[in-house]
Amino acid sequence: MLPIIFILPVLQLVILSNAATYEIKNITFGYVDADNSSTSGGLIERFESSMYFNVSEKFSSQKDAYTAMQDGSVDVYISIPTNFERDLQENQHNEIGVFIDAIDGSAAGVINVYANQIIRNYNKHIATDLIQVSDSVQQPSSIESIPLFWYNETLNYKTFMVPGILVLLVTMITLFLSGMNIVREKEIGTLEQINVTPIKKYQFIIGKLFPFWVLGMGLLTVGLILAKFIFNVPILGNLLLLYGYTSVYILVILGMGLFISNFTDTQQQAMFIAWFFIVIFILMSGLFTPIESMPKWAQILTEFNPIKYFVEIIRMVMLKGSGFTDIFPLAIKTLAYAIVMNGLAVWSYKKTT
Amino acid sequence: MGILVKNISKSYDKVTALSNISLDVKPGELFGLIGPDGAGKTTLFRILTTLLIADKGQATVAGFDVLSDYKSIRNSVGYMPGRFSLYQDLTVEENLNFFATIFGTTIAENYDLIKDIYVQIEPFKNRRAGKLSGGMKQKLALSCALIHKPKVLFLDEPTTGVDPVSRKEFWEMLKRLRQKGITILVSTPYMDEAALCDRIALIQGGKILEIDIPKAIVGHFPKPLYNISASNMYSLITSLTHYEHTYSVFPFGEFVHYTDKREAMNVEEIKSYLVQQGLTNIHIERTQPTIEDTFMELAK
Repeated sequence: MLPIIFILPVLQLVILSNAATYEIKNITFGYVDADNSSTSGGLIERFESSMYFNVSEKFSSQKDAYTAMQDGSVDVYISIPTNFERDLQENQHNEIGVFIDAIDGSAAGVINVYANQIIRNYNKHIATDLIQVSDSVQQPSSIESIPLFWYNETLNYKTFMVPGILVLLVTMITLFLSGMNIVREKEIGTLEQINVTPIKKYQFIIGKLFPFWVLGMGLLTVGLILAKFIFNVPILGNLLLLYGYTSVYILVILGMGLFISNFTDTQQQAMFIAWFFIVIFILMSGLFTPIESMPKWAQILTEFNPIKYFVEIIRMVMLKGSGFTDIFPLAIKTLAYAIVMNGLAVWSYKKTT
Repeated sequence: MGILVKNISKSYDKVTALSNISLDVKPGELFGLIGPDGAGKTTLFRILTTLLIADKGQATVAGFDVLSDYKSIRNSVGYMPGRFSLYQDLTVEENLNFFATIFGTTIAENYDLIKDIYVQIEPFKNRRAGKLSGGMKQKLALSCALIHKPKVLFLDEPTTGVDPVSRKEFWEMLKRLRQKGITILVSTPYMDEAALCDRIALIQGGKILEIDIPKAIVGHFPKPLYNISASNMYSLITSLTHYEHTYSVFPFGEFVHYTDKREAMNVEEIKSYLVQQGLTNIHIERTQPTIEDTFMELAK
């Protein structure tokens, strides 16, 4: 069992961190070029040279392109109207159509940005050409914004995701194992034998849960080592602070596990309930989607989500190098949560049936 | 200082498990609770070992009340549940050590009490409990229940699922434990084991049918009992069931236990009836009733 407990999360961390990315590559791109001019050819060349787009084919008509999108063989296509070059030169202005498959809304948004970027750059390029030809108007000074991404300058998704996924693994393993543990004793009958002994409630509970606390800390250690050496995630903050916080955080999860144990009779039921909570916690943790964009009621609910606090703190400490005073407001909430959760769990645990 | 049960009742939702049970086990007595599955034996055990709270009535174990003094009871009783409930992934020795530690004692301290039993499993002390045979598991469970020198020992169907040789050995162990002054309450569905107890209570459907020493219980059997055997067991039973004077017919090993409605029955008359029914090789003889016969009679 022990190898499974460590190997599976490590695999998950390695696989998920590579898979959970918002970068969109290998977009299949198509075009309908009714103009066949050098201007339209240049634009298509821009797309072809982009690393995000794979050029698939030239469609002879709008209808063909539409069919291709319908059967999923192309993600995006542009449609260049007839007399594109001529109209552009005459009117200094023209339009092309960009058609994006928006089944996956967030991917479509990203594709839109990429495509617009290429078209805008190309636009600037031909604009300067035109200006050189006419040579009359002075080139307008354009205002450009230069984005600077703090704490994650290269906008590397792994830097962002690995700490979050690590939180997820520590939580999942400790919740599942602690939730099923006491139920297992109920199932195989050892709990009945234990209950007839003079052992104290707190002794039994600590004895049952302490190993999982150690396990959680062990998982964090393994995960941090992987994050550092495989994914090269920076660890700017104080590790001691991170461990200190995690030691309190795991108490919350263990209390929850024990609480689930007390209200279930079989490991199956315990597993089902633990799974139910984990899914809600993960989706509402801000790990994959920002909490700020959730509706108001959901934002209030996330206040009760321990994973949210840990995700936030691990990112703050590892990526920003936040110190104790920065995480204090979140940490104090976690501590309160730990006290309430364990209080409830111990209170609901009965030695009689 | 034995066990005192007064008007205990317990029901689960709509099912009545125990209704108004009273019994009294003397200190140092080997007391048997005899009844079929579902009679309420385990429920009574769970109430007496403070795992369950009765709806009504009082009970004391070793002089302690099951409600107000449950902590003292947990210190002074040994409980062996019907289902093997030691840690299967700990070894024999680890299990014993674990339970000794929980009770704040050591194996060495009470070794003489469990010695007789433990020597038999000692050769396997490094084997995991889950890998032991049924008889060994039961010896280990008994050792664990005895490790803290309990005043009262509760054994819930200890011999269910155990081979006949181990069963016999087990009852001999219980007799030796009784000599050491431990009060033992044991439940069993096997009627033949009942005769080995000092006193027994016959229990069915949550009610106690009778409490007495085994011999006296057998003496309560109301009618003369006959062993009948014939060539074909099945048609023997069906023939006797349809016989007009039959009071009771039960298969019992190679015989049928038969009682008659009439005060004075005629053996020859039955014989000729059976011959008439096409049976051959008929033997009829008077026999002594067993606890099983009494139980069947009382449970009617």
